[in-house]
Amino acid sequence: MSEEVVLHRALGLTDSERDEIEALLGREPNHLELALFAVMWSEHCSYKSSRIHLKRLPTEAPHVLVGPGENAGVIDAGDGIAVAIRIESHNHPSAIEPYQGAATGVGGILRDIFTMGARPIAVMDPLFFGDPTEAKQQWLIEGVVAGISGYGNSVGVPTIGGDLTFDPCYAQNPLVNVLCLGVLPTERLVLGQASGVGNLAVLLGSATGRDGIGGVSVLASAGFGGESAEEEAAKRPSVQVGDPYEEKRLIEACLELLDLKLVVGIQDLGGAGLVCATSETAARGGVGMDVDVSAVPRREAGMEAYEVMTSESQERMLAIVTPEDLARVQEVCARWEVRSAVVGRVTEPPADGPGRLRIMDGFDGEVLGDVPAVALADDAPLYQRPLERPADLDVRLADDPGVMPAPADCGDDLLQLLFDPSWVYRQYDHQLFLNTVEGPGGDAAVLKLAAPGLPDSKRGLALSTDSNPAWCSLDPRLGTAATVAEGALALACAGATPKAVVNCLNFGNPEHPEVMWQLSEAIDGMAEACRGLGLPVIGGNVSLYNESFGRDIDPTPVIGSLGLIEHLARRPPGVTMPAGSTLVLLDGGVEVDGPSLAGSRWAVGVCGHRNGTLPPLDLEGHRRLINFVGALVAEAVAPAVPGVEDLVVGIHDVSAGGLAVALAELAVRSGVGFSVSGITGHHQLFSEAPSRVVVATNRPKFLTQRAESAGVRARILGTAGGDRLVVEGLVDLDLAATTASWRNRLPQLLDELAPA
Amino acid sequence: MAPRIGVVVFPGTNCEHDARVALESLGASAELVWHGSSDLSEFDAVVLPGGFAHGDYLRPGAIARFSPVIGAVEAFAAAGGPVVGICNGFQVLCEAGLLPGALQKNRGLRFLCQNVTLEVANDTSVLTRGVAVGTRLVIPINHFEGNYTCDAETLQRLQEEDRIVVRYAENPNGSVDSIAGVSNEAGNVVGLMPHPERATDVLLGSTDGITLLEAFIASAATKV
Amino acid sequence: MGDKAMFGVLVEVQLRPGIADPQGATIQRALPALGFDGISAVRAGKAFRFEIDALDEEEALLHARVVADRLLANPVIEDATVTVTPANGESGA
Repeated sequence: MSEEVVLHRALGLTDSERDEIEALLGREPNHLELALFAVMWSEHCSYKSSRIHLKRLPTEAPHVLVGPGENAGVIDAGDGIAVAIRIESHNHPSAIEPYQGAATGVGGILRDIFTMGARPIAVMDPLFFGDPTEAKQQWLIEGVVAGISGYGNSVGVPTIGGDLTFDPCYAQNPLVNVLCLGVLPTERLVLGQASGVGNLAVLLGSATGRDGIGGVSVLASAGFGGESAEEEAAKRPSVQVGDPYEEKRLIEACLELLDLKLVVGIQDLGGAGLVCATSETAARGGVGMDVDVSAVPRREAGMEAYEVMTSESQERMLAIVTPEDLARVQEVCARWEVRSAVVGRVTEPPADGPGRLRIMDGFDGEVLGDVPAVALADDAPLYQRPLERPADLDVRLADDPGVMPAPADCGDDLLQLLFDPSWVYRQYDHQLFLNTVEGPGGDAAVLKLAAPGLPDSKRGLALSTDSNPAWCSLDPRLGTAATVAEGALALACAGATPKAVVNCLNFGNPEHPEVMWQLSEAIDGMAEACRGLGLPVIGGNVSLYNESFGRDIDPTPVIGSLGLIEHLARRPPGVTMPAGSTLVLLDGGVEVDGPSLAGSRWAVGVCGHRNGTLPPLDLEGHRRLINFVGALVAEAVAPAVPGVEDLVVGIHDVSAGGLAVALAELAVRSGVGFSVSGITGHHQLFSEAPSRVVVATNRPKFLTQRAESAGVRARILGTAGGDRLVVEGLVDLDLAATTASWRNRLPQLLDELAPA
Repeated sequence: MAPRIGVVVFPGTNCEHDARVALESLGASAELVWHGSSDLSEFDAVVLPGGFAHGDYLRPGAIARFSPVIGAVEAFAAAGGPVVGICNGFQVLCEAGLLPGALQKNRGLRFLCQNVTLEVANDTSVLTRGVAVGTRLVIPINHFEGNYTCDAETLQRLQEEDRIVVRYAENPNGSVDSIAGVSNEAGNVVGLMPHPERATDVLLGSTDGITLLEAFIASAATKV
Repeated sequence: MGDKAMFGVLVEVQLRPGIADPQGATIQRALPALGFDGISAVRAGKAFRFEIDALDEEEALLHARVVADRLLANPVIEDATVTVTPANGESGA
């Protein structure tokens, strides 16, 4: 076996991929070229296992300005304002070094957003860990939350929400997803492409070091486990370190360059670093690029060309600039103390083929590598990996949690499901920019549609991130559809019209046929729900190889949902219920007698029963519910009409923990008890059947009439008031004790009760 | 004419637009001033807003105090001009020696972003002039290093000279004597950890910050 | 000219006695879990290393002292100790 064969395998390329590279080049690739292909064709960069399936997602709508495939999806929000949104995972880096992994995850996604010309104004972080009472998980949780807080707060972008899920399947493989939203005047929208032969590629920001060499291929595309402490330690040097202060200056400098129209195109440097930024911008612009590696500012001596090209050093951007504007670009950068260096030149494609990416030692020096830019960016092989429905699935579906004995005291079980996540979000600045109308902890976050430099708007934005791995492990198709449905309903509860979704697909090892089946099913479920609800998918990220010791995580598609509020003049009613109001359950779901408890927090979290057949989802009924609820709450946030009392004075969707948790959260968040009757048993209390909302109203008769004419079932549950949480015959809890339990539960699990 | 207020921006400052927007919503005219500027004489008042000047590297405010604008703030303050430092701005003023004491890491060693209830403790500073002592205000805090620390002698002087401007009703961060904000001897330089600009819009939940910012704008208007 | 030599400087910054040190206290509380019960008086601080050109050790110390007191430490709550060694490492401390 020749040494070179060993080399391509060591870089993570298969033999057939290596042969394909040779065919593309028409000659043997050299070491540098192989390294470039290895990172660009890694799973993380090329989506080679998932792309075939992702094509089935609906991506178009009249308001979509930019769909999947760019740095971020962008929609037209009206009033001359566009909204950019993206979601990503930073799972593997966070498993190794939780603080820096999470911090650089935030940094990376901010760059994706301001690459589009948008100012990042909000971040959300869905997080998944193992048992929070274990020391290792506490180390991970503490590090990840501190990393998000340390980076996000300092860089000056508020973290306005997220999710926190605990399940043993994440013990070795925590998930750290991060969503970012940005806003821009529509006319400033820019795309990451190079054009104009002779234009210059200017590298902005940090110097390049050896951090993250091979990161995307080594870390993000390989599982954990089965390795010694030394092997795990050996992965450590490739973890990147974030510098939020550099990023803050980079954001301001880049937005100023865009405002002054000094750049032709701009692209962030993320996974696969400079090779990715240069090949993608050249491929998108249909041009070539010469890159002078010797001109790249370095932090370490003795770096090889492949290290410079693939380094994942953070806080760097690549701007395409005309030679005439270079001096002004450098001036802006100097004012923000941002380093700038000309590292590339846009070149004409040869007459007989696509533009070349040439890596050179000096623009007039030796050519170290020469490949078609498009081959790196777009020609990765696509794999139709084998799919297989898990063999034990039928047995699992037949094993319904209805067989579990009813709780001796539903109130005790309810307390186990009730926790206040504020220990997490109190560490995040969630208020910066004076936009946060509804912060973390409610159904959806609500923002004013405002930022310096934007036209005035009366509109508002609603954002939610949702996931339901317990459901997806039983039925990834229905589970993912229900997750999309839940996100859209959360937006409606804030008075918003759902406009688009993004997704982060966290799955196990794609070489396991069951995992590929889960992924394929999840994508079909997402497509069905998005079509049914009229939602385009405008961006996504796929994180595979989330496995450890041969065990895959439960399929964890995370859906980020974005909605628009037409006229945000008053605070949405939110998760509250004034004393004396009537509680009404609005239900757009399938009418069943004994709703299934399969996949519910009660079955999984309290009883440890992870099987059964999920309650059904009726997309038509769900859509009617969304439209009805969205319209009701929109009336409550629009300017008040004199003499007309709002129908909704409090609202909460029924999701994790079912009706029991929805009612209890309304109580602890408003400091008001309730008395509810007519709930027949723990099935009705804890089932997580979709398409349901609890509304507090002072006009129950009118509300139920309107619901019925909108095709939504309405049922009066009881009234808010008093200092007890009462579900007749099932629950009777003291409000003060329940509130204390809710508030202290997470710090208690984490051994984090503050010293008095 | 509306008083002109300069809002100082260091690299890493991030609350400058919020401060500007809030002041303007209350009738002042506010302008951003880059930290390289060494003259503030055209302004009627100066705000050092929150954020992470120079990344808070070394210590919050430790590097910002060497910026040219700090000399200008000193001159402006010495001439009796109203100056308020909010959060990071308070940290900068302490590091620069314009206010006594220092801000250490919170007692719980965590960043805290939450509403707190403040009690106005003095009615003569540029931020609280005319506001009744004992007035309770709900205003957000947003800091990791907000634990106000000073030696016993300084504390006694602050108490005796009535220079404690606002106190926390419930101490969130371990500050000595629950101090949330203090002033210099003349009362024209105030620093506080809470963010009054974040409590100026009914859509955002509290408008209690208006009480403080209006007093500050009134101080600016009467500056001679 | 040309007589200057390079010196290595170590500046250690710690909170002054009597100033509450929640970091140190937290570390101390964690020690029993590691099996150490006999450790007390834990104080957290910072260390800075740099190199300085100076005529002699005395001048190096003088300059380093200014850097320590004016920038690296906040004299309101912190003390700094400065150690200077020839940069070629011939003397150890």
